[in-house]
Amino acid sequence: MIQVDRLTRYYGNACAVDGISFHIRKGEIVGLLGPNGAGKTTTLRMLTGFLAPTSGTIRIQGTAIDEDPLAVKQCMGYLPESAPLYPDMLVFDYLGYVADIRQLPPSAKDTRIEELVDLCDLSAVMHKPVAELSKGYKQRVGLAHAMMSDPDILVLDEPTSGLDPNQIVEIREIIRRIGRQKTIILSTHILSEAEATCDRIMIIHQGKLVADGTTESIKQSAGGLNLLHLVLEDAAFDDVRRVIGAVPGVTDIQSITDSPLHVRLTIETDAVRKAVYGAIRSQDWTLMEMRPETRSLEAIFRDLTQEN
Amino acid sequence: MRPTLTIFKREFLAFVTSPIAYIVIPVFLIVVGWFFFSTFFIYSQASLRNFFSLLPITFSLMVPAITMRLFAEEMNTGSYETLMTLPITRFDAIVGKFLAAWALVALMLSPTLLYPITISLIGALDWGPVIGGYLGALLLAAAYAAVGVFASSLTRNQIVAFIIGVAVCFTLTMIDKMLFFMPPLLLKIFETAGADVHFQNIAKGVIDTRDILYFLSVGFLALAATRLVLENKA
Repeated sequence: MIQVDRLTRYYGNACAVDGISFHIRKGEIVGLLGPNGAGKTTTLRMLTGFLAPTSGTIRIQGTAIDEDPLAVKQCMGYLPESAPLYPDMLVFDYLGYVADIRQLPPSAKDTRIEELVDLCDLSAVMHKPVAELSKGYKQRVGLAHAMMSDPDILVLDEPTSGLDPNQIVEIREIIRRIGRQKTIILSTHILSEAEATCDRIMIIHQGKLVADGTTESIKQSAGGLNLLHLVLEDAAFDDVRRVIGAVPGVTDIQSITDSPLHVRLTIETDAVRKAVYGAIRSQDWTLMEMRPETRSLEAIFRDLTQEN
Repeated sequence: MRPTLTIFKREFLAFVTSPIAYIVIPVFLIVVGWFFFSTFFIYSQASLRNFFSLLPITFSLMVPAITMRLFAEEMNTGSYETLMTLPITRFDAIVGKFLAAWALVALMLSPTLLYPITISLIGALDWGPVIGGYLGALLLAAAYAAVGVFASSLTRNQIVAFIIGVAVCFTLTMIDKMLFFMPPLLLKIFETAGADVHFQNIAKGVIDTRDILYFLSVGFLALAATRLVLENKA
């Protein structure tokens, strides 16, 4: 559906996007994550044909963007960050204008606008100018704008930024509803949002793609080291280090608190847990707690985007 | 062609539903009406010659005020991004906006049609120069509107766009009055580069292809330059 190959963009001498490649299949909801200034918006602007890449290619449904920009824009709906719409137009007029520019046949225009008003719950603001709308409504008008021609691909730049928690839930609900049939790419810096709405996550840092996959696969690959916490009573740290350190597959032991003794093991695979338990049972210690540490997406995100 | 017309419609409605049209049009009519009629009865000639001789200088101030928002405002609010990611070409955006500004100038000029009508009631008016004058005014407005669209594409600040537009239009209007200061070798170039001479030729009722071609070239060049500016922003 979307094929991106070594996409690079410079602003003057500053490199905003640095050789990103990825492939998005039909029907995926992809979350683009990254700290501010990582190159998310620049990437999306190139995907939608607003900015030209310095080098690299983008193919949408097999068509390169620079060969036929009109055809590509036709099958894509885009909501830019903070939904910049014409402030002086009424919502009703604005949607009519978008329908005209998208060249909807006059017979389909009214029904399509009605559908979108239902989907985005806009009926209360149809006769208000865009400038008077709250941020949540503005964002919803922007969504209606992006979905006007029922495009196969939706690109949403921070669709929930600046909204209150209720509005965030509503917008997510809309995205999930339309995501059943469409390919959606959305950028965000709220990790829980990406985890909640997206099938697949791409993390961008300093213009580079540093992680790409489902939440699960990212957690697995980024957490290549497995951590195991043990809380033991009637045990001394020196003994624990001697006994458990001898178990094959345990690469590191660190003490966290002394009484009760809390240690953190670094193990090579999950299977080592069995041997660790065996080693504990052979001693006179009381095992109070044994728990693997699952690293949250937040921790992985911090690791990936804070080095250097 | 349909997106061009949609953009034209939106931009024209934006002019007439915002205060711009209701400020620019009365100011234009008051200024032009005042200067024209303050000498009209002194000369006591049934002609619109003085009215038309005022137009290039008034247009060079009023037309950039109309065009200044066309691209600058969109770039400032960010709606430029929304516009350019819709399935339209840069040509659609530029020509649609240009046509809207041109149509507004035509609307602004239309009440002055009352002048020749009332004058023809009190004297023998020669309609030839009047028709030529209005044709020339439309051509002049097209050239200046195109320059204004270009100025508006250069910046996100409407005031800067206005000043650049006025500077270029004013230079085009006045350059043939400054020939005294020009090096003799370049005289011919500067003489033909001035908009006023070409306009006054048409306003005399002499419709010469050179004059028409002049306005079309200025308009075309300015719109082509706008396209280059927008391409460079991508």
